[in-house]
Formats: sequence, C-alpha cells, structure tokens
Amino acid sequence: MSHWIIAPIVLPALVAALMVIALRGDLFLQRIAGLASILALNGIAVALLVSATIHGPEAYFLGNWPAPFGIVLVADRLSALMVALLAGLALVAALYAIGSGWDRRGAHFHPLLQFLLMGIGGAFLTGDAFNLFVFFEVLLIASYGLMIHGGGSARTRAGIQYIAFNLVGSSLFLFALALLYAVTGTLNMADLAQKLPHLPEGDTALLRVAAVMMILVFAIKGALVPLQFWLPGTYANAPGVVAALFAVMTKIGAYATLRAGTLVFPPELAATGSLLSDLLFPAALVTLSLGALGVLGARTLPRLAAFGGIASMGTAFLAISAFTPQATSAALYYILHSTLATAALFLVADLVSRRRSHPRLDRSAQTFPQLGLIGGLFLVTAIAVAGMPPLSGFIGKLLVLEAFRAQAPLVWTVVLVSSFLMILGLARAGSLIFWKAESGSRDPEPFAPEPLAFAATIGLLLAIAALTVFAGPVTDWLSGTAAALHAPEAYIAANQLGGDS
Amino acid sequence: MEALVALVIGTLAAVGIYLMLRLRTFPVILGLTFLSYAVNLFIFVSGRLAVNAAPIIGSGEPYADPLPQALVLTAIVISFGMTAVIMIMAVGGHLTAGHDRIDLDKGGDQ
Repeated sequence: MSHWIIAPIVLPALVAALMVIALRGDLFLQRIAGLASILALNGIAVALLVSATIHGPEAYFLGNWPAPFGIVLVADRLSALMVALLAGLALVAALYAIGSGWDRRGAHFHPLLQFLLMGIGGAFLTGDAFNLFVFFEVLLIASYGLMIHGGGSARTRAGIQYIAFNLVGSSLFLFALALLYAVTGTLNMADLAQKLPHLPEGDTALLRVAAVMMILVFAIKGALVPLQFWLPGTYANAPGVVAALFAVMTKIGAYATLRAGTLVFPPELAATGSLLSDLLFPAALVTLSLGALGVLGARTLPRLAAFGGIASMGTAFLAISAFTPQATSAALYYILHSTLATAALFLVADLVSRRRSHPRLDRSAQTFPQLGLIGGLFLVTAIAVAGMPPLSGFIGKLLVLEAFRAQAPLVWTVVLVSSFLMILGLARAGSLIFWKAESGSRDPEPFAPEPLAFAATIGLLLAIAALTVFAGPVTDWLSGTAAALHAPEAYIAANQLGGDS
Repeated sequence: MEALVALVIGTLAAVGIYLMLRLRTFPVILGLTFLSYAVNLFIFVSGRLAVNAAPIIGSGEPYADPLPQALVLTAIVISFGMTAVIMIMAVGGHLTAGHDRIDLDKGGDQ
C-alpha cells in the first residue's frame, strides 16, 4: 500500500494550515510555501500517474480499516490523470496570481488555494460515495472564499447565488446517498458496483431515483443545462485567476459522472440501463448550443469566457453520455484540452479587463499597454477554444464526432454549427477589443509589465500545443484508461472487498 | 411511525423549497436550513426505523444501524458550517449593496 496516494490531500491541508497559523500576513513566505507545495503536488501527481499506469489501480485504506467499512482512496489511471491536470493548472494559477498581484487584493489567497487543491484532489481520488460528498464540500467552501476574493458588491452578491445553488446541490446529493445506502447498505463505490446487480426487483424504483438525483448533482457541478444558471454570474464576477482555476472544478462534474456511469451505474446494470445516457445526451446538446449562443451574445470578455466554458462542458458531457470506450477516450482528451483552453481564455480575459477602463465590448475602447502581445495570446486561445485547427480543440472535437458516427445528422450538426457560432463570437470580441482599440486618441496609461502573469498564460498555451503535438501517444494512453473504466474489475479488486462483507 | 416520519420529512422539504424560491436572501437561507433538516432526518432513517434498539452490535438483538448516525453527524456539521458562511456573505452583500435581493441586478453583472 503506497502512502503517496493520500499525499495530494494531506500536503495542501498541512501547508494551508501552516500558512494561516505561522505565515499569517507574510505574503512573500506564503507565496514561497504555496509554490513549493504545488510543485511537490506536481511531482506526486506524476508519480501516481506512472504508478497507476504500470501497476493498475491501487487502494489506500484510511486507518487501515478494510473496505467497505472504512473509507478508501483509489488511485487508478483516471484519478491520477485528473490530479495531474489539477496540479498543472494550480501551478499556472499560482504563478499568475503572484505575477498579476491578485493575491495582494485580499487576505488568504494562498491558503484558500491550498484548501481548494485538497478538496479537488480528494474528490478525484476517493473511492467512497459519502467521502466524495465531503470533499465536494471542502472544495466548495474554499471556492466560496476564492470567489469573493478582492471583495466588491457585485462579486459578493454573485457569491451568495453561487453558495445557495451549491447548498441545494449538496442537499440533493445527501438525499441520493441516503437512498443508495437504504437500498444497498453500503457507500463504497466498488462495493456498490458489486451489490447493485443483485438488488431485489422491488428496490429498482428507489435506485433509479437515487441515480437521477446523483446525476443532477453532477450536472450542477458540471453546469449542464438546465442547471447552468449559476456559472456565468459566478465565473464572470470571480477574479480572473480564480475563474481559470474553476475551469477544473466543472470537470469534477464530468469526472464524477464518468465514474458513476461506468462503475456504479454501468449501462449493463438492468435497473438503470440507459437511463443516464438518455438524460445526459439531450442535455449535453442543449448545453453546447446555449454555450455557443452565449459566446456570440456576451457583452464582456469574462462572460464570453464563462459561456465558452459551458459550451466545452456540453461537448465533454456529449462524449461521456455515450458510455462506450471510444467515446469515453474522446471525452477524456476533450476534458484535458478544454480545461487548459478555458483557463487560458479566463487568464487572457483578465489581462484585458485589468487594462481596459470599461468592461463592455461595444463601448468605444482606447488602446491599452501590451496590446499586441495580449492580442496574439487571445488569437491562439480563441483558436483553441473554438476548436479550429491546428490546436488540440480540433483533434478533441474530431474524436467526439468520430465517436458519434452513428448519430451523425443530429450530433454533427449541433457540434459544427455551435463551433461556427463560437468562432463568430470570438472573432467579434477580438476585433472589438484589439482592432478598434487603435481609434482611441489618448495615450494608454502605463501598466506594470507583469512578466510572470504572461509567462503563466503562455505556459498554458504551450501545454495546449504539447497536447496537440503528442496527441498520438496521449490518445493511445487515454484509450487504455477508457478501456479500464469500462471494465472496472481491477478497480473493484483493488478495494479487496472481503467475501464476508 | 413510518407515515409520521415521512410526513415530517416531506413537510420540511416542502417548506424549504417554498422559502428557497423567495426573492430575498434571508428566506432563502431559512429555506436551505429547512431543506438540510429534511435531508438530515432522511439520512437518519435510511438505516431503517428501529425502536428501543442500541446502535452497537453485540449488546443484544435487535440493534439499530450505526452508520447513518455517523453520516448524519457529518452532514449536520457541514450544513451548519455552510449556513454560517452564507449568512456572513448575505450580511456582507446587504451592507455593500444596500438591499438583500438575491437576484443580480438587470445589467448589473453584464
């Protein structure tokens, strides 16, 4: 049993506590400690990724209690991949926050960031459904603090909506968990996977209700229509760097749906059957369309980025909804790409917003410092977000289209038309900001050059480029991951469920 | 007993949902609290209703399922903390905005 599996949870928790208690008020040391912790997290994530690839899923029994009685963490290929994605994005966000001075605008940015990492890492690693709820709450309460970082009336009030929405989600999750426990007597996900096929006929209705409630919760997290209302207001009002970090938070909804739909409620399970696909497929198509329309209609750049995020979740959920190995591997590739691309768009939007005097796109804009460089970054990011060649968004969408060859008329139309709408919306925003800026007569106000913030943004774009260049090996590895997800015997075996349970 | 418990949970949830749909933050928070009461009771009874039974295995049959009691404790602590957070946020929002409407202003967040 490798103790590294719990390191992505324990390390940020200890560092955050250290920051709050010992480094209070010392921003310089907090930055050093935060970066050191995130760098270590990156190393651990890579080690977990290698170990999960070579040795297969491995379980960590908390307090050495045997499953299903104790809580268990499981590092399989998917969990390790998501933790690695989280660690990489956290590094970019921390560098950007330091470079842009966002972490100076309010207290406790770095401790909250560490707690967020703890919650998200735990949600990715846990193999217990109730523990998943607990880690959801850990990451949510950290995200509440980060969302209103910097303060202000609009941000605080958007934060109240965000919290209220998520509290309803938490209640729904608890109802679903209690129902699951009532019909099966266990909440260990591997144990659920073993017990659900042998459920008495009379409990089928309860189980279906529990499954739908769970999917509703994950849809709230993943901003799936009609539960996406919280996202534009929240992400557009949150500090840019926090919104970029939140790009991985919506992916938790996708991850949890994937885990539930392959392990707990697989399509082979007679009681639920294709229930999840039937719900997710139309919702994903509507989400994608709505996100694309939002990109076209958004009046500020952060709102545009938020709708771009919704559209990317639509595509990811579309690929997930098929629950076939091929579509799942496409979904994983697209999740990797869209996390990086959405985060990059939020960072570029933040670079622009802090330099322009007015957030509205259609107001006559004056020129601003570093216009050419930011314009170039926006162009690359827009290509990635819209899914145009040559970047990885194109490959991701191609994989999704390929997976839906059988339903080509409907799916291909929606995906291609929404991509076109997003290209239009992004082109319109870019020309309004960067081309019309020259018409302003007065000189731009001087602005600090912020090399670290630009380095972080460029680093994200380089990661997208790397994802494009190494698309072959990455998709091969993801195909293996998807195959392992759809044949979860190794995952269940890792839990070492005794025969006497 | 089952009917009574079901009625209580249903009433609490209905009250919670009704209050949640109000336009001001305070009723919404009250609604969320009622909903969390409903869910806490619901978790509690998910281990089946047992009268006069100890929650310990081995001290005599029948025994009540101890796990939902652990689960509900966790849920109570978390919902308590979350309610405190949203309460502070609501007070902060009220003080900075001068009103406590829960919806964002028309055009205010554009």
